[in-house]
Amino acid sequence: MSTGTTTTSEQPDPAAGIDPAFQAGYTDHPQRLGFFTDTSVCIGCKACEVACKEWNAVPEDGLLLTGMSYDNTGSLSASTWRHVAFIEQIGRPGELAGADGARWLMSSDVCKHCTEAACLDVCPTGALMRTEFGTVVVQDDVCNGCGYCVAACPFGVIARSDADGGAHKCTLCYDRLGDGQTPACAKACPTESIQFGPLDELRERAQQRVTDLHDQGVAGAQLYLEDPADGIGGAGAFFLLLDEPEVYGLPPAPVVTTRDLPRMWRHVAAAAAGLALGALAACLGGTERTP
Amino acid sequence: MSGPDGARPPQLATRKAGAGSYYGLPVVKEPVWRSPETPGYLFLGGLAGASSVLAAFAQAAGNRELARASKTGAVAAIGLGGVALVIDLGRPARFVNMLRVFKVSSPMSIGVWLLTGYGPAAAAAAACAVTGRLPRVGAAASAAAAALGTGVATYTAALICDTATPAWHEAHREMPYLFAGSAATAAAGLGMLATGPAASRQARRFAVIGAATELIAKNTMLQRPGVPAVPYQKGRAGQLMRAAEVLLIAGAAGALAAGRSRPAGALAGLALLASSALTRFGVFLAGQASARDPSYTVGPQRERQDAAQQACVGVAGTGTMAPPSV
Repeated sequence: MSTGTTTTSEQPDPAAGIDPAFQAGYTDHPQRLGFFTDTSVCIGCKACEVACKEWNAVPEDGLLLTGMSYDNTGSLSASTWRHVAFIEQIGRPGELAGADGARWLMSSDVCKHCTEAACLDVCPTGALMRTEFGTVVVQDDVCNGCGYCVAACPFGVIARSDADGGAHKCTLCYDRLGDGQTPACAKACPTESIQFGPLDELRERAQQRVTDLHDQGVAGAQLYLEDPADGIGGAGAFFLLLDEPEVYGLPPAPVVTTRDLPRMWRHVAAAAAGLALGALAACLGGTERTP
Repeated sequence: MSGPDGARPPQLATRKAGAGSYYGLPVVKEPVWRSPETPGYLFLGGLAGASSVLAAFAQAAGNRELARASKTGAVAAIGLGGVALVIDLGRPARFVNMLRVFKVSSPMSIGVWLLTGYGPAAAAAAACAVTGRLPRVGAAASAAAAALGTGVATYTAALICDTATPAWHEAHREMPYLFAGSAATAAAGLGMLATGPAASRQARRFAVIGAATELIAKNTMLQRPGVPAVPYQKGRAGQLMRAAEVLLIAGAAGALAAGRSRPAGALAGLALLASSALTRFGVFLAGQASARDPSYTVGPQRERQDAAQQACVGVAGTGTMAPPSV
């Protein structure tokens, strides 16, 4: 089993992966929609962050300075569904380096809308659901704030709000999709770093882009979460990165936690049986009868 | 991955596991579950489930004093634990939304349904044992509580391990046995505390079995390659785990040595109860600490990825199949 390496094989792409909307019970559904975030053209303007907040009426989360970079947002959270990362690499002979040997990497992070979504698997209320577009959304009127999705997400995307106690994350603008509209962040992006569309088309476009970048000598360019054979079955929102994923605060080869759940249940069953056997052994041989 | 000319990008050659991070910020979110509610529930659920199991077998062996004490303890523990679970929700009033679905893919869903069956059974078993009425109903309730109790005491391991929290997820093979042992020592400790020397003999044997299980499971877990041991050994979590081990060994030794001394047995029982609670708090804090440090998330993933790459090289180089074990 491959664990998300981007190693290319001689064989043609085996399949486009599983169809999550079909699996969720939508027998006749629209094309799977997603994001391709091409960080090589991100200019760090944060228009996506602002557009997301405005359209989704997400509350502001503190006007504070982190002091670490131009990133004063910090991370995705219950009230931040797009987050622009700034990475300053100084004194490093990178391929995009300026005359001073430094470069800035910028990347707009978002919920990955995983094909195999841990948050969706572990949700005990059914508040998290798969949409007909193959995306993952929280039904706020069902969520009871148990927080299981928060611990299960391999990307640290979904979070629980202190204000209302519920879990929140990017919906890929579910309300706009239903109307044939582009999600707010992609609409606002001035450089087309955030591209929105049918996932098949985005994957083709991304392959072309990474090939072009390699031809231009940008050796570090790599696609992230684009492969349906990776540990999350490929993402609905994938990325073109110019450095290793962890540099951007992303896990390099995440595997959805529920892939190991069948084994966990087997160990739990064995431990439960062992507990009963232990009690049986303790009580065998008897004791004085007590009143 | 490879560049256009097939050469590895330079950062791959110089990369160390866990070296790269985004300003040292966490990759995964720290679990939002609060302490003492969640680790308290892990302890109380284990205490309740294992007490019901011990009660059923003690009753079958004719030890009604131990059975009665364990049944009473079980219902008290699960009552408190249930309250802890509900108040730890972000929206406690919507607790019942858990009952609108049944999902095998969610250990929390399975746990809620287990508790829904177990709670009433444990309550009925305790009520019949204390009042002495409806003995047949009591026997059926005891059996049901014991059967479901094995699940209540152990499913919590899957609950915490089915997450992206590195110290929990990577330990998912051993955690169920660690929790079963910890639950057994807690139930045995309660039995030793609440009954006299004659009745507690079976509890004392259960204590030794539970303590041995817990020690073996914990040591196997921390020595398994890929399991981050440091979060379990350092900081506050490390202190709690060490204190738990000292109390566990002292309690088990006390269980063996107490003999006919009730105070000695009770003291050993208290030590075992405290040990079980500290173990759960230690495991909980270790998970939180591991989520805060990105190297615990990135390191194991890089190791798996590099192992898979090595295997690919092996296939290309020697023509032999070497599937990476993940």
